[in-house]
Amino acid sequence: MSAKSDNLLAVSLKDAAAGGLIALALFSVLIGMKAEVASGLGGQLGIEYRWVAVAIAVAVVFGGRLLLNLFVWKADKPVTETAGSFMPSAKMLAPLGKYAMPLFLILAVALPFLLLSAYGARGSRQYLDLAILVTTYVMLGWGLNIVVGLAGLLDLGYVAFYAVGAYSYALLAQYFGFSFWICLPLAGILAAFWGIILGFPVLRLRGDYLAIVTLAFGEIIRVVLLNWYEFTGGPDGISGIPRPSFFGLEFKRGEGGFADTFGLDYSSIHRIIFLYYLILIMALITNFVTMRLRKLPVGRAWEALREDEIACRSLGINTTNTKLTAFALGAMFGGFAGSFFATRQGFISPESFTFIESAVILAIVVLGGLGSQIGVVIAAIVMIGGFEFFRGLEEYRMLVFGLLMVVIMVWRPRGLISTRNPSITLSGKKAKGISADLVQEGHG
Amino acid sequence: MSAWDTNPVLTIEHLTMRFGGLVAIDDLSFNVGRGDITALIGPNGAGKTTVFNCVTGFYKPTEGRIVMNRSNGEHYLLERMPDFQISAQAKVARTFQNIRLFGGMTLLENLMVAQHNPLMLASGYSLAGIFGLASFRKAERDAVEKARYWLDKTNLIDRADAPAADLPYGDQRRLEIARAMCSGPELLCLDEPAAGLNPKESAELNALLQYIRKEHDTSILLIEHDMSVVMEISDHVVVLDYGEKISDGSAAEVKDDPKVIAAYLGVPDEEVDTVEEEVGL
Ligand SMILES: Nc1ncnc2c1ncn2[C@@H]1O[C@H](COP(=O)(O)OP(=O)(O)OP(=O)(O)O)[C@@H](O)[C@H]1O
Ligand SMILES: [Mg+2]
Repeated sequence: MSAKSDNLLAVSLKDAAAGGLIALALFSVLIGMKAEVASGLGGQLGIEYRWVAVAIAVAVVFGGRLLLNLFVWKADKPVTETAGSFMPSAKMLAPLGKYAMPLFLILAVALPFLLLSAYGARGSRQYLDLAILVTTYVMLGWGLNIVVGLAGLLDLGYVAFYAVGAYSYALLAQYFGFSFWICLPLAGILAAFWGIILGFPVLRLRGDYLAIVTLAFGEIIRVVLLNWYEFTGGPDGISGIPRPSFFGLEFKRGEGGFADTFGLDYSSIHRIIFLYYLILIMALITNFVTMRLRKLPVGRAWEALREDEIACRSLGINTTNTKLTAFALGAMFGGFAGSFFATRQGFISPESFTFIESAVILAIVVLGGLGSQIGVVIAAIVMIGGFEFFRGLEEYRMLVFGLLMVVIMVWRPRGLISTRNPSITLSGKKAKGISADLVQEGHG
Repeated sequence: MSAWDTNPVLTIEHLTMRFGGLVAIDDLSFNVGRGDITALIGPNGAGKTTVFNCVTGFYKPTEGRIVMNRSNGEHYLLERMPDFQISAQAKVARTFQNIRLFGGMTLLENLMVAQHNPLMLASGYSLAGIFGLASFRKAERDAVEKARYWLDKTNLIDRADAPAADLPYGDQRRLEIARAMCSGPELLCLDEPAAGLNPKESAELNALLQYIRKEHDTSILLIEHDMSVVMEISDHVVVLDYGEKISDGSAAEVKDDPKVIAAYLGVPDEEVDTVEEEVGL
């Protein structure tokens, strides 16, 4: 026993020392020397040496690698495995899935009133704004879940459709003066249309190739928006986007406004509450449609596609069309969310549609559990809520955020809620969920 | 002229498939008789699976013609059709040598996916389905009944709501056959359905195949290594070796063909007699 642990220590030390040496070689240049324009000397270029920083970096690499060697890589029982057992197990989360949906729904509907009574009109505004943001991401997550979770197509450029939706609304409103309620469906249709156009060439690819090409398309759309100055305003964006009205009643002070018609005192919070309910309803429609489709032949074909594409083709399923419907539908919901985003902000610019947005939405879907609707809700609350919550930490926020992701992935590698519910049962009863390790993730 | 040449369900003419320099199938022609169980046999790497892949559209043959003659009189040139249409229109279904089930879906779901095309039509390409129209609900009930029928026939009904990946190997093979049958095929291509089965399961499989052939308008083309299965159930045997057809006839004829014996024992024709003596045939 002691011989073995001695040996382990020796091997680990050696490995850590090797890592430290490589780090020393790299960091002595990368960190150790900093090119600087010396101030006061007429802008001469000089080098500042930072050997202490190098020492710290090398020590961190050495120590970290030693610990990883001892406790994870070479250990009989990696801590990453034992750490999982301290957390609530998958079984405990399963009933949560059952009760969480109605609970979340009631909470979501009652939220504005709860906030109003707790913080008053002024104090609750920031919380409502946050709730709107979270719900927008829930909707985006649900939309992307169709593509990634159900059909198993890894789409890294989802934000493109969000952008198409937002810009469709803004441009239609600007050039034709359409109202929100006309633009909303148009924006969705345009986004779906783009989904199909992009999908045709792209969906022949599989796996990593699909991921890379969708990523590129996401960037292309953003770059076009950025550079087509005459049409989209380029980096200046589009401002003065009309606000939504309550079926024709505007949220304004005085005669004919929303507050006046309903005999309320005017308050700017009315519009915020309206926006909140608007996005909540849009998200719920997304969820409803997805849940219905999952039980229809097309939804089953998506899931079958994720499981085994070749078998699908042998059963007469046109896989290209099936993928396209998933892609277009996901794009459409992204477009709806985009036009909501435009009307909420009143101003959009390409900056809001960077790759990081796609990554955040994808992270929500993956953390929540591919294909799980309630998982997306929880992940969106944790991620977007957490993002705002840790705002005080400033640049360390990303670090905390990354750590959180690592912890979740160690604990539940298949996402928070990863059991799959059968779409139909012979017995008519609700069948047992299918454990995640049997379900394929899809190969693009 | 043999029975299978008069009214074939599938005709393969001068089929050649090359992979770069490798000739996997070389000028192969044979017929699959309507209502027959036809066995395609041959040593490992003879090109049997490649024939299946050409018939079901997964490979485009380098040369040759593959004609499916449906019982309603329609003819389909399979080498020109995309794979999914071969199943949907020409009504050719298949199973795979390495089983390809939808493992994370239940048995019932697997069989529902196989009925995708009629259900899709009934659901009005999902529009009628979203609103749950009665016509779609009826079509769905019928599909479930069909699935129930095949689950019953394959002895899998007890596990209908369990995930397919959880089934034992033999059951997975049967489920794959049930799934292929749910797509309503007129030609069923089975790639080594008895591989890995125990004798009891193997006997059940024979009974199932006989039943399918008798009760449904379905001809069967199967690849098989187990000679006892081949001899027992097949009406017609085609033997491949290195991509070429070396024998074609009834099971009894093929069994005594010296070329076949040579191919299976791996010796040139001239030495067959001596080898046979040695092994006591
Ligand atoms: N996609 C491909 N690319 C290149 N060569 C292939 C391909 N598919 C099959 N082959 C080759 O064609 C030949 C025939 O293969 P095939 O799989 O049809 O044999 P088989 O008769 O089914 O053998 P087994 O009894 O082992 O299943 C083999 O030499 C194989 O390596
Ligand atoms: Mg084979």
